[in-house]
Amino acid sequence: MDRKVCIIAGGMSRWGVREASIIDMAQEGAQECYDDIPTLKKEDIDGLLFASSYCGRTSFQVNIAPVIAERIGLKPTSICARVDTLCAGGSSGIILATGMIKSGMADVVMVGGGEKLYTPQRWETYYSEMASIDHDWDGAQGIGLPPPFFSLTAQEHMKRYGTTKEQLSAVSVKNRRNGATNPKGHFQKEVSLEEVMAARPIAPPLGLYDCTPITDGCAAVILTHEDKAKELSDKPLVYVRGTAQASLHSMSMNWPGEHLADWVHLRTAAKRAFEQARVKPADIDVAQTHDCFTISEIIEMEDLGFCKKGEGGPFVESGQNDFGGKIPTNTDGGLLSCGHPFGATGIRQAREMLFQLQGRAIRQVEGAKMGLAHNLSGLNVEHTILIYGREP
Amino acid sequence: MGFENFGTVSFTTEARVADFITYLEQGKVMATRCPKCGVSYFPPKADCPSCLSGEVEWFEVKGKGKLATYTIVNYGPSGFENDAPYILALGEFEGGLQIMARLSKDIAPEDIKAGMSLVVVPLKRPEGRISYEFKKG
Repeated sequence: MDRKVCIIAGGMSRWGVREASIIDMAQEGAQECYDDIPTLKKEDIDGLLFASSYCGRTSFQVNIAPVIAERIGLKPTSICARVDTLCAGGSSGIILATGMIKSGMADVVMVGGGEKLYTPQRWETYYSEMASIDHDWDGAQGIGLPPPFFSLTAQEHMKRYGTTKEQLSAVSVKNRRNGATNPKGHFQKEVSLEEVMAARPIAPPLGLYDCTPITDGCAAVILTHEDKAKELSDKPLVYVRGTAQASLHSMSMNWPGEHLADWVHLRTAAKRAFEQARVKPADIDVAQTHDCFTISEIIEMEDLGFCKKGEGGPFVESGQNDFGGKIPTNTDGGLLSCGHPFGATGIRQAREMLFQLQGRAIRQVEGAKMGLAHNLSGLNVEHTILIYGREP
Repeated sequence: MGFENFGTVSFTTEARVADFITYLEQGKVMATRCPKCGVSYFPPKADCPSCLSGEVEWFEVKGKGKLATYTIVNYGPSGFENDAPYILALGEFEGGLQIMARLSKDIAPEDIKAGMSLVVVPLKRPEGRISYEFKKG
């Protein structure tokens, strides 16, 4: 069996600093997802994948998928499992669901994701961060939180290619503007270039607005095969066309590229995803790329092939990654405005892709037919790509 | 001695490369090399990731390295509050070894620049813990 796979519904809980449990937020996301496809009966959903990395720590709940299944009224029979690839967990879940539906192992799968990261004791959150990296060696040195490592990356890019702090800041200004009209995101407030430039330093050159916040939230999407998707809805079909996940190393000391701003693992994943989708970067109309830090989006523009290596700074400064530019990116606000509850981020991106390609996004890219979503994981040790299209 | 006193905060008490700590106590920062593949590893690996042979050799990271890049950590993770601010640096050593470590606090801020010469040395911390750090080479 080799079926074509479609994404048919998407939902999100409110994201931010939430006085709610991960289960509460998973319910909110699932409810919105059900409402998005009212013709689908819950009984028809035979699989649940839930992406969460920290639920075992901050919610003290492992094997969370059955708990969520019961709370959202599902009785899965093909798969009911948690997925953990940290920041790319949601996208990993979509890749796995796609494979299962394509092969006939599953028919209709909900892929959810989310985290409750704020704990009553803030030190606990900052301690948990060290579980995200190679804790024996990198953790012992005090790398822990991601800003220092991405500061190294930003400095390398600035040194080699002349990238400026203004160019980094332009990414934050754009994404906060895009997110200002997204009622689900962590922030609905625009920031000016001056505010970003003058913000307090976190790990120079990265300031407060160069970094994604710590956010609570959940999201969910539903995937099925083409025939079922046609039966359920008259909306344009959105297909999963290409997927890839590349991991070439696992810690700061074995970097696979020539330098920290050379993301060879991203290019490796991109090559595979583009080949599988039978498209080129120029064919993509809209992108959601992993803007955990402003520098990340700049390097992603380069290594995904939207501009030449080293030209990411001028590319973003001239608005080529904005509406009206070459590749509108992070149209719902991205991580910088929506926040980043790790397992939920890939799901948020998939939901935005579904809405963009069906012409119903809040900030719509006119006539978008092909979209790309991208995540990086942890200390930049893994790159994950999904390409969605209106044609299979 | 195992890894229980390694770094500012450690997470592993037992590991097959525990000799690394014994060598640190003796004043040496060591790496491993697979004689079959000829590849060197830092952090040390008890089994060669390439051929999975356990017949690896220890050797000391002796020569001078070059500072590739560095950053100031103003907000450390939990357990590092009293250490911050500190400088994390990536050093490149002979044989393609990359080492991430802190820069010694005795290096003057105006002397720190990419390309500067570095050595990696054991660091005995005042509270009795042991680690390694970069000094000027």
